[in-house]
Amino acid sequence: MAEPVLRLEGVTKSYNVGTPVEIEVLHGISATVGAGEFVALVGPSGSGKSTLLNIIGLLERPTSGTVFISGENATALDEAGVTRLRGRTIGFVFQFHHLLPAFSALENVMMPQIIDRGRPEPDMAATAKDLLARVGLTGKENNRPTQLSGGQQQRVAIARALAARPALVLADEPTGNLDSKSADDVFALMREFNRDQNTAFLLVTHDPRLAARCDRVIELFDGRVASS
Amino acid sequence: MIRLPFAWMVALRFLREGRMQTILILSGVTAGVAVIIFLTALITGLQANIIARTLGTQAHVVVRPVEDAARTVLDRKDGPVAATIEKRAQRLRSIDQWERVIPLIEATPGVVAVSPMVSGPAFAVRGNASKSVALLGVDPERYLRVVKMRDYMVLGQFRLTGTEALIGVDLARDLGVTVGDKLRIASSQSRDDVVTIVGLFDVGNKEVNQRWVFLTLRLTQNLLDLVGGVSNIDATVERLFEAESVARRIEAQTGLLAESWMQTNAQLLSALKNQTLTNRMIRGFVILIVALGIASVLVVSVVQKSKEIGILRAMGASRRGIMAVFLLQGAIYGFAGSILGVGFGLGLVAAFAGVFRNPDGTVFFKPEADAEMILSACLTALLIGLVAAAIPARRAARLDPVTAIRNG
Ligand SMILES: Nc1ncnc2c1ncn2[C@@H]1O[C@H](COP(=O)(O)OP(=O)(O)OP(=O)(O)O)[C@@H](O)[C@H]1O
Ligand SMILES: [Mg+2]
Repeated sequence: MAEPVLRLEGVTKSYNVGTPVEIEVLHGISATVGAGEFVALVGPSGSGKSTLLNIIGLLERPTSGTVFISGENATALDEAGVTRLRGRTIGFVFQFHHLLPAFSALENVMMPQIIDRGRPEPDMAATAKDLLARVGLTGKENNRPTQLSGGQQQRVAIARALAARPALVLADEPTGNLDSKSADDVFALMREFNRDQNTAFLLVTHDPRLAARCDRVIELFDGRVASS
Repeated sequence: MIRLPFAWMVALRFLREGRMQTILILSGVTAGVAVIIFLTALITGLQANIIARTLGTQAHVVVRPVEDAARTVLDRKDGPVAATIEKRAQRLRSIDQWERVIPLIEATPGVVAVSPMVSGPAFAVRGNASKSVALLGVDPERYLRVVKMRDYMVLGQFRLTGTEALIGVDLARDLGVTVGDKLRIASSQSRDDVVTIVGLFDVGNKEVNQRWVFLTLRLTQNLLDLVGGVSNIDATVERLFEAESVARRIEAQTGLLAESWMQTNAQLLSALKNQTLTNRMIRGFVILIVALGIASVLVVSVVQKSKEIGILRAMGASRRGIMAVFLLQGAIYGFAGSILGVGFGLGLVAAFAGVFRNPDGTVFFKPEADAEMILSACLTALLIGLVAAAIPARRAARLDPVTAIRNG
């Protein structure tokens, strides 16, 4: 079998280490996400979903345990190496879209590639336009995020997450702020990209309806994997 | 679309987004640089003016025989003129073998012109009137290269032959003479001769105008009983403020006593130095204020943009990349502000050049665009911008992307 895009081995995370208020929020998580898999991450509020996603996204380091991204041990890399690996292999869709307000929709979608290659290139604009067209935002390329609706913003964020053709997209409640119609659209879009480009998705959601439409569900309870 | 590198693209966009902050801090930098440019031009102009006036009738370096130093006839210590009349009849000392000394001085690095002079006290007599004067026996051609007497001539030319004399306008008035009139010159060596006035000068200094009488070298040598000798040799140097070191070199070369204008005018020079120091201090404070301004604006900007920084980091931007974004903003503030400030400062200089004038109506300082100063101002401002941005940029680079992103 091919190397999974993500493999976690005994990942723990503690906050305020060495202080009286030290708290362990993840207690030894082991899990895998295979290439092209579409996985839901569910669990009650405070169970550690966002924390786990940040660790997988290499935004935070685990207190112990190992994170393998496409077979590479990310825990062993230095800061610059982690940043490079993140830029190349991981795309993010956040709950609050987190678009850059100073840049247009098109520029937002181009940004991961601009960062990767150092400066904008003509082919990036073409790719970004294409992606915006696929999320149904033709004609909105030059709009600033504030000039878009919540659903439109989240679709730009999805286009952006996919622009650098990552192997794994991490989405933290991408539909949490949307009405059910928009949420369905956004979900369908991610499913479509997952199928067409064989991009793996790890999707945090509170919506059991959406979770049921994923390939697999990992359930987190109080910092432990309850079922997967 | 212009294909700027990532850091430039983000830095410029951040500047454009924070329009009000950008305008305010740019105005601050502009004002600071303008003040520096204006103040420097003003003080440079003032000092150049004072020095030009002081050196109007003084040689840069005066070479004299060693033993004579203590009782020089033309005492240059008390300002530009002051010929001291020595009461005792006393033989003036000549520079030994001065014809051989002149080429030595001329060959000294930094010297551009040399002029021998015989000087000593005498009386100018006309009828019953008698005035004590200082005789200056010169070779006019050579002397003009040392002191710009040509600029001061009111009547006639600065030219001398035979028994011709050039006197100051005040002496002419005191004695009631003018060009074409004759005058008897009597020295303390009880020699005398009749001279013809061929020109009047006005150096803008009453002492000089009352006392100085220019004659030919030979006539003065005869009158002062110093046939074939000279009492001092004047030299002009290439760079004004190297006069002192040139004087030391001449001493080493000739074994004579060489005194620079900087020694003679030590008090004035120290006043000018203090002025320069004050200017530097003001400049230092302005630079500090500008740097603090830039730094504080950027510190605020880092806080405001922490979410964007987190997003950029999540998308793969390195710490260096984020650092570059903020360093660039500082550099742009500094550089753009200094360009505007130089323009504004030069405008001020031009505007005030018409207002500040010398008593004689000539302009006090020229609105000159000194390319070197402008370049150094811009580079300094650029550097200050970078230094001021260093701390905010480090903070931005170290920002935890998770904190920024979590607090949606
Ligand atoms: N920086 C921190 N310092 C201390 N505790 C933290 C920190 N960040 C998160 N936690 C704690 O870790 C636990 C897990 O938080 P996390 O945000 O991962 O939960 P979640 O499953 O995403 O919840 P939600 O569904 O509400 O988003 C919580 O108890 C939270 O208080
Ligand atoms: Mg969460």
